[in-house]
Amino acid sequence: MTGAGVPDPTAPLTPSGNLRRRQIVSRLAETGATLAALLAVAVLVIVTYTVLVRGANALSLEFLVKGEPAGIGPAIVGTALVVALATVIAMPLGILIALYLTEFAGNRLAGSVRLTMDLMNGLPSIIVGLFIFGLLVYHHQDSVYAGSIALAIIMLPLIARGSQENLLLVPGSLREAADALGVSRWRTVLTVILPSALGGIVTATMLAVARAAGETAPLLILDSIVNNAKYSFNITEAAPNIPMTIYQLSEEANPEGFTRAWGAGFVLLAFIVLASLGARVLLARNRRKMAS
Amino acid sequence: MSYPDHTLQFSQGDSVVPRRVRIQTGPQPPYAGFTESNGGRREVARVVVFDARDVSVFYGSKKALEGVNLQIPRNRITALIGPSGCGKTTFLRSLNRMNDPVPGFRIEGNISYHGHEIYGPQVDRIEVRRRIGMVFQKPNPFPKSIYNNVAWALRNLGMKDGLDERVERALRGAALWEEVKDRLKDSALGLSGGQQQRLCIARAIAIEPDVLLLDEPASALDPVATAKIEDLMHSLKGRYTIVIVTHNMQQAARVADQTAFFGLDLSGAERVGTLIECADTEKIFNQPADPRTRDYVTGRFG
Amino acid sequence: MDRFGDRVLYGVCAFAALLGVTVLLLLGYQVFHGAAPAISKFGLGFLYKTSWQPNFHIFGAGSLLFGTAVTSFMALLLGAPIAVAIALFLSLLAPAGVRGMISPLVEMLAAIPSVILGFWGILILAPFVHEHLEPFLHETLGFIPLFGPPETTGASVFTAGLILTIMVIPIIASISRDLFLTVPREIQDAASALGATRWEVVRGVVLPSTASGVVAAMLLGLGRALGEAIAVTQVLGAGSEIHTSLFRTGDTLAARIAEQFTESLASPLYLGSLFYLGAILLVIGLIFNLGARWIGRRFDYQRKVA
Repeated sequence: MTGAGVPDPTAPLTPSGNLRRRQIVSRLAETGATLAALLAVAVLVIVTYTVLVRGANALSLEFLVKGEPAGIGPAIVGTALVVALATVIAMPLGILIALYLTEFAGNRLAGSVRLTMDLMNGLPSIIVGLFIFGLLVYHHQDSVYAGSIALAIIMLPLIARGSQENLLLVPGSLREAADALGVSRWRTVLTVILPSALGGIVTATMLAVARAAGETAPLLILDSIVNNAKYSFNITEAAPNIPMTIYQLSEEANPEGFTRAWGAGFVLLAFIVLASLGARVLLARNRRKMAS
Repeated sequence: MSYPDHTLQFSQGDSVVPRRVRIQTGPQPPYAGFTESNGGRREVARVVVFDARDVSVFYGSKKALEGVNLQIPRNRITALIGPSGCGKTTFLRSLNRMNDPVPGFRIEGNISYHGHEIYGPQVDRIEVRRRIGMVFQKPNPFPKSIYNNVAWALRNLGMKDGLDERVERALRGAALWEEVKDRLKDSALGLSGGQQQRLCIARAIAIEPDVLLLDEPASALDPVATAKIEDLMHSLKGRYTIVIVTHNMQQAARVADQTAFFGLDLSGAERVGTLIECADTEKIFNQPADPRTRDYVTGRFG
Repeated sequence: MDRFGDRVLYGVCAFAALLGVTVLLLLGYQVFHGAAPAISKFGLGFLYKTSWQPNFHIFGAGSLLFGTAVTSFMALLLGAPIAVAIALFLSLLAPAGVRGMISPLVEMLAAIPSVILGFWGILILAPFVHEHLEPFLHETLGFIPLFGPPETTGASVFTAGLILTIMVIPIIASISRDLFLTVPREIQDAASALGATRWEVVRGVVLPSTASGVVAAMLLGLGRALGEAIAVTQVLGAGSEIHTSLFRTGDTLAARIAEQFTESLASPLYLGSLFYLGAILLVIGLIFNLGARWIGRRFDYQRKVA
């Protein structure tokens, strides 16, 4: 028996039955999805544009080099310092952890390590700040190295996961060939596997650096500074840094401060965009290398 | 209305050309062009469902199919045979516009369906697919229950009255009902390959399409499952027009009323697939007109 | 030499792994240890008492829990559908070229530091919300207590929720996009061949088969919203009461820690209370993170069965 839904086969191929209505629903859904994507792009454009335009007002060579109140030179150096130190701590550890998971997997510890990395990834950064505060800073003073350790904790899971993915991409045939030739494990890892995965590892690190550069909460707790006028290279003391500069200036109700804050935001955003783009370019080059 | 029951008797020879299969189906609805004489030997005189004129298919700059002229008759099984890469599947998928999403797809020439151009300007692609169903090479049931696999499209189309009966009818029509009637709520993914493929057929016939396109439906299945699918096709022919692509010549010979042989067109600079010959199955296998057809069906190449 | 080298490598890697685990355990210990003064003084009552008066040594997390819940759930409620829609656009609707352009843009949204987003929030978003959005919502939906009269200068729970929405969207969108791309072509084709519209293919096949993964992504996004301290601090006034209207001030656990950290150093109870807030945040974050993992694993299992 044919019901309401079965069209006459010889009728023209225009929508029959309830298809008209269903097509409208589908078109609406497609429009909604497109609008959502456009909305996201619009927000990105608006925020970036605001930072660029207002930040450009503040930019000048003086701004980049002098200290407060004219510029943010010390903050740039301070951020470079704290992030560099954090990278020095996090990168080797991250690679080693990734190696542990890929080369020596199957131990009881491996599952806990994976869980740890996942949990560490989702930690609110302010809690990482509290942790290091309780550990190192309480009864002492704010310092760059305390901030670096906190940033390193934030970077560690990113580097470890990225490294792990890239180590896994190294073809098993390479390992087998090395084994067949009687090369020892450590030599294979150091001379074959790591170099092969290096591009991807650097990419992951760059993305982690971009992330760490913008983290404010740990620095609020550990590397907070009142005096942004002087350059400081002493890691046992607090040093000015860009995120805290923006934060402090944004909490004051001073319009001139706002301009400087936009300028600092410009510098920070520019750095992050460059680091992310650089990572992407590296990734693309790496993919081409792997494919060949 | 019920899908016709059938009893199948057929014999298989060892040669490439088995004897014709005789099917006893229920009473046939009358349609134009049908003549019955000699106590059951049917002429394949036809109502034409698809009329393809000079059809060429391009994917970007690469030509995949060249100048196909082919008519698909109603309530018959047409088989498309030939070696790989000669455009059989491309042609099949062009019949229900399943090639549309492929990037760079372009079609020249004309395919009309009951007199209406499939690629015409006012044509709704979804409507085309609603009337012209397809079963794919690899069974692809949804990750849903057996019942919901069949019921899903019915619900979309608003054919919700008597849903249980429709599902049962479809499953019976696909010769699957007895095997699954007690576990309709189970996941379809738990079925064997052959059962999954029959489920896909049930799913397709549940919405009562006009045409069924089968893209090598048994190629991923074992011989027993294959035989079941072939049985099925004979019973389905009574209600649907069937076009089947198959790599298996014997299958075509067993099952099809009309066979079209696709081969390579070597006349141009590139290798392009094209229709070499199309005729009643018996003629294709016993007295092919084109030497390339003869080479293929006698196994000299391909 | 070689055996020794292998052993050294293993030792060094194992040490790093152990160090990682130790750091996490130490973190948990340290946070709770720091909270000890407040835990011993207030006990579990801290969780629902709403009074927060540092001068009188009275602390309670109730209104902060409320604020955290409201802002985070608002971010999820608004952000999740938009993010899923974006993911559908990127995976199923957009041609490969468009996808290649817009995907990185969406991911860049996640890369914007929260301090910049918060700053933009105060200066640009908050005034706009206060002058246009809040009055509009109050006029049209004012019968719902959520949309009371706009009171603050835009430094409201609502604005904070919007900022969190912006942060949450890219996380959910990129994970979901990757999930949708893994749905096999064959079953989508099968659905299309049955005369289903594009939306029906999504609703009937793509979404159901990726549902667990998308939910896990949402939990991860929620975790991000819960822990955000800086942007919320910048945008919200530090209110301590519970209001029904979204257009008034409020505060969240993470933001409170950021705001009052420097003052709290004066008193051990004060600092301990902030640590107590941190401990609560840690536990909540852990629960959502573990929940996301568990759901994600269930999804993986189903895929294997499939």
